[in-house]
Amino acid sequence: MFETIIEIAYLVGALLIILGLRKMGSPDTARRGNIEAGIGMGIAILASMVAPMDGANNNYGWILGGMIVGGLIGWISAKKVKMTAMPQMVSVFNGLGGATAVVLGMVELAHYYNGTAMDGGQLVVTLLALIIGGVSFTGSMLAYLKLDGKVKDKHVTFNGHSILNIILLLVMVGAAVYLYMQGQPGGMVLAVVVMILSMIYGFSFVAPIGGADMPVVISLLNSFTGLSAAAAGLIYGNLVMIVGGIFVGAAGTILTVLMCNAMNRSLLSVIIGGFGTSAVAGAKAGTDGQIVKEIGLNDMAIQLFYSDSVIFVPGYGLAVAQAQKVLKELDDLLSANGVDVKYAIHPVAGRMPGHMNVLLAEADVPYPKLLDLEEANSAFPNTDIVVIVGANDVVNPAAKDDPSSPIYGMPILDVLDAKNVVVIKRSMSPGYAGIQNPLFFHAKNKMLFGDAKAILTKVASEVKDL
Amino acid sequence: MDTIIQFFSSNLQMVYILLFTIILGFEIISKVPTVLHTPLMSGANAISGIVTIGAVILVRQAAPDDYFTLGLGFLGVILGMINVVGGFAVTDRMLEMFKKKKK
Repeated sequence: MFETIIEIAYLVGALLIILGLRKMGSPDTARRGNIEAGIGMGIAILASMVAPMDGANNNYGWILGGMIVGGLIGWISAKKVKMTAMPQMVSVFNGLGGATAVVLGMVELAHYYNGTAMDGGQLVVTLLALIIGGVSFTGSMLAYLKLDGKVKDKHVTFNGHSILNIILLLVMVGAAVYLYMQGQPGGMVLAVVVMILSMIYGFSFVAPIGGADMPVVISLLNSFTGLSAAAAGLIYGNLVMIVGGIFVGAAGTILTVLMCNAMNRSLLSVIIGGFGTSAVAGAKAGTDGQIVKEIGLNDMAIQLFYSDSVIFVPGYGLAVAQAQKVLKELDDLLSANGVDVKYAIHPVAGRMPGHMNVLLAEADVPYPKLLDLEEANSAFPNTDIVVIVGANDVVNPAAKDDPSSPIYGMPILDVLDAKNVVVIKRSMSPGYAGIQNPLFFHAKNKMLFGDAKAILTKVASEVKDL
Repeated sequence: MDTIIQFFSSNLQMVYILLFTIILGFEIISKVPTVLHTPLMSGANAISGIVTIGAVILVRQAAPDDYFTLGLGFLGVILGMINVVGGFAVTDRMLEMFKKKKK
């Protein structure tokens, strides 16, 4: 009887998780979906605590202690993190999930090499949990460090890195296969070696990938963590873990592919890397001696005030400067004077797809004002002025006309179709992908140098005075 | 070959579940608007914290004086719970903003 209740609880948990993630696919139901998935997870974890188990010692003190400590750390860090640092936070959380799989794999292997029986299939899934978890752990941590700017691409890469990665992968898989073949006696040392190899590989796997591709990598590593959870689920024969893990593995994989599509890059080219590192190649396109025109704050305010339509193109610079609220104020001022204000959101603006939508939503920008790539590109020809706030690569015309550029082929916002373009930017430095932007030198374009928030505040007060 | 057939026939239900779950995962995500990619990734990340259940089972099975297993299991529960609780909380914070703007 009790056993059946537990089985039903597991089933309900798994259903809530899947239905919750489904609801997260639509803006109206997303929040409720997340809460439902969370409840499903809670039910499943609770069921695992009270499920009947042969020879269980329970040790609830340890479990509850761990839950309180982990729960508090997770809760507090989630509440404290800044909106701009969300991608990094997700990466860290993901890495810890991978680390959990490593811990499980290691303990089970330690038991096995101490004489506990384990059949071939179990040994395989234990090794899988260990390896995939290890790769996900260190990979996610490096992705965090890169996104946070603590590690620069050039610190951790060198020529022939992809060859090293292939060798590492082969050695790691070889060691694991050997471990599987040789059987029980004395494998513990080699098991530790496999664990360390998987962690080195995770690090080395992410190392050559350019900073701009980090979101794709996090999504990929997220699906790895899902797979390691599924492998761990196979160790314990726990269906919720298997279903949840595989589900995340599949969802994460397709999400990764969608993100790659948005950047018009294949997953393979992301993994091989070099996006940020071959930057200099794109800068060749003859930008020397070209003139950059600047625009004054007053001129900018007047132009905005007397135009019929304005489109803002937000990018990571907006997020860093926390300028979304000021931008909304400026929007309100202009809208009150009959200017049609819209926002063009490139799928990969910011550091993650959807990043800009989240920030603008925080500033109460209404949904219908946000244009996606196609809508924006068809709106530009009828737009008086486009203001680019801290975006760079997503408006780089080199993606269309310079085959030597590393971002050649990426769909961009065709801001030059508009009558005027203003770029608000801190300096002339190239964007996150490290590529020079010919837009800055274009006849239609004017620059407004400075911190996005400071500039927008000043422009807003100029507009008020008009 | 025999072992593969053997494995397949004895784990038929599991093979069904795996395949259906993979298709389900693909289907659910492929219809999602770009706006929601970041929260969705974050939500999926929280779900991968399901691995915590493994750590719970590990600790429950351990002998009360097996401090190696207990200690590492304890660590596993902590890490897993950070993933779960932090993951859902961060996702909720992101989605909170989507709700506000609808007013």
